[in-house]
Amino acid sequence: MLKFSSLVAAGLAVGLSFGANAGTLEDVKKRGMLSCGVSTGLAGFSQKDEKGEWSGLDVDVCKAVAAAVLGDASKVQYKPLTAKERFTALQSGEIDILSRNTTWTHTRDTSLGLNFAGVNYYDGQGFMVSKKLGVKSALELDGAAACIQAGTTTELNLADYFRANGMKYTAVTFDTSDQTRAGFESGRCDVLTSDQSQLYAIRIGLKDPDSAMVLPEVISKEPLGPVVRQGDDEWFNIAKWSLVAMIEAEFLGVDSANAADMKDNGKPAQKRLLGTEGDAGEKLGLSADWAYNIVSQVGNYGESFERNVGMGSPLKIARGINEQWNKGGFLYSPPIR
Amino acid sequence: MSEEIRAKASSAGSMLNNPRVRAILYQALLLFGLGYFFYSIVSNALNNMEARGIKSGFDFLFTASGFDILMTLVPYSATSTYGMTFVVGLLNTILVSIVGIFFATVLGFLIGVAYFSNNWLIKRLSVVYVETFRNIPLLLQVFFWYFAVLASLPSARESLSLGEVIFLNVRGLYLPDLVGGAGSSIVYGSIVVAIAAIVFLKKWAKKRQDDTGEQFPVALTSLGILLGLPLITLFIMGVPFTWDFPELKGFNFRGGITVIPELMALTIALSVYTGAFIAEAVRAGVQSVPHGQTEAARSIGLRENRIMSLIIVPQAMRVIVPLLNSEYQSLVKNSTLATAIGYPDLFTVFVGTSLNQTGQAIEIVFMTMAVYFVINMTISFLMNRFNASVALVERK
Repeated sequence: MLKFSSLVAAGLAVGLSFGANAGTLEDVKKRGMLSCGVSTGLAGFSQKDEKGEWSGLDVDVCKAVAAAVLGDASKVQYKPLTAKERFTALQSGEIDILSRNTTWTHTRDTSLGLNFAGVNYYDGQGFMVSKKLGVKSALELDGAAACIQAGTTTELNLADYFRANGMKYTAVTFDTSDQTRAGFESGRCDVLTSDQSQLYAIRIGLKDPDSAMVLPEVISKEPLGPVVRQGDDEWFNIAKWSLVAMIEAEFLGVDSANAADMKDNGKPAQKRLLGTEGDAGEKLGLSADWAYNIVSQVGNYGESFERNVGMGSPLKIARGINEQWNKGGFLYSPPIR
Repeated sequence: MSEEIRAKASSAGSMLNNPRVRAILYQALLLFGLGYFFYSIVSNALNNMEARGIKSGFDFLFTASGFDILMTLVPYSATSTYGMTFVVGLLNTILVSIVGIFFATVLGFLIGVAYFSNNWLIKRLSVVYVETFRNIPLLLQVFFWYFAVLASLPSARESLSLGEVIFLNVRGLYLPDLVGGAGSSIVYGSIVVAIAAIVFLKKWAKKRQDDTGEQFPVALTSLGILLGLPLITLFIMGVPFTWDFPELKGFNFRGGITVIPELMALTIALSVYTGAFIAEAVRAGVQSVPHGQTEAARSIGLRENRIMSLIIVPQAMRVIVPLLNSEYQSLVKNSTLATAIGYPDLFTVFVGTSLNQTGQAIEIVFMTMAVYFVINMTISFLMNRFNASVALVERK
């Protein structure tokens, strides 16, 4: 009988371990750490420096959520994941939030048990070729071999694009961004295709960045954003509004330098954001100064952009469509009220 | 009264104390427990996946995959289904396994036999080979061949070429392809007939030797049949073959057969690595045959090569074959390292790309595990049959 009952107990234990579903907020608070899935290394978005410190546009989303929930942007445990590992890691509860240049698509939103918490970078897929090749347009790539990262939307868009234009190609797939670059550099493929932002990041990582050029064609829409598990609306809201707070702060003119001053002397909308008026934090299940912590410790979206991928970084990407709506971009955050 | 009770109690007790009954009872309980254990795992997983909005089921196998694969042995495009992706990956896995096993065996036997060479240098080289490749992690060797050796080959326009028909560059090895026209199937058929004839000849020669003691030059005659018959057929049919040579067009070579560098790197790494282990198995096998056997064979006047083929090898095989079995199985499992360099084997295209595009982890991982299980069971079955044929036959 002992055997039997212990088997049942084991069965129940395994069964229950699939359960632990809701309550990510409590888990994170109890742990005192946010577990955040990032890339294995992509300049400007999530990269580790020599001291082991992570930085980047995607890393700043992790930091913002940690600042909002725990009051300290440094309390993040980063989990580097390949494109292939990322969703399983999130589904299984290994990470609390995935912030890893991930494209928001219908399949991922509907059938993987995930929710996209917004968009932190509007991207599109492009091509990088060696200048030696003398190619000026993606339409001249018939018969080319293309290096791509496995398990990405890039792989699907590429197939669509070549099929739509009646061209042939060979797909050479790699696991990580670094391997893809190595394949391109060795001449295994003629063209490297990825999201445009990544192409710039990969290009500056080449031994001779001037030997390669990015073609003008953008063949897809790639809204990149943070992802959380489906079925935990409280946590979904926190992720969503942490990102909104960064964008809204920029719109309202609040940045890391003036946040402390604005808290007391700002306009009503600024005060509502920073928690001196209204109860936005409480409604999220957080402290009143949740957004103040984000802006003062991480900065607003504009600061994060310039520091990581913009003019203040080696990537030098222009704001373009990632500018506020009133300046010609797509960023339009819902109001905090 | 009290005696009646005692009798009843003892009969009830004897039922439980009956070893047969107890054994069956415990087995039944264990079976039930195990059944419940797996049932609860599966049903819990399904319930929780549904609660979390994760899709499950095998419908995805019939939807279009939307991505292309570097190397396919059957026609495949982005409009093919995930079911086809599975087939493509499976065939690629089988291809690299068979080619890998072939070269590992050849290499392993050569190196293993070299250990017994009287030449000091050859013997040392054999030892160095085994110790080097056995002790370096396989993943590192795969990377070495792919990123260090093959990636440093010249570009397509500066290819190394052999007589302008075979080309080698960073994109792979380009070989001319033999295209069979009408009547080519008869030539293929003649090769099969030749092989059958050789098998028959061997049996006949053995029987003749057993009966009369006369030897027949089997090896030479076999070679004659194997070359002669297809050649005669070839010329009777008017050489129904043409060559398709690779040609540099646009970015790459077109035409002919392309061996992609991912396949080359993986095959080389797997063969070289497993070859080291097989060499050790061969050495162990040969050393297991007592030296007295050789001496006895010499004393009855057998020549050295006949001693090897008639006395040493048959006895050594009894030790070598069971070891080969597990080496072959390891090779098949190790072929999943393909994913590190992007060779499109089952693990790369199915557990890698397909899993990521569909998100159906449980189904895909389960199918893949089942495939490796079946492949290895097949190897085991074949090797056990082979083992039975070389095992010592004892008098019944």
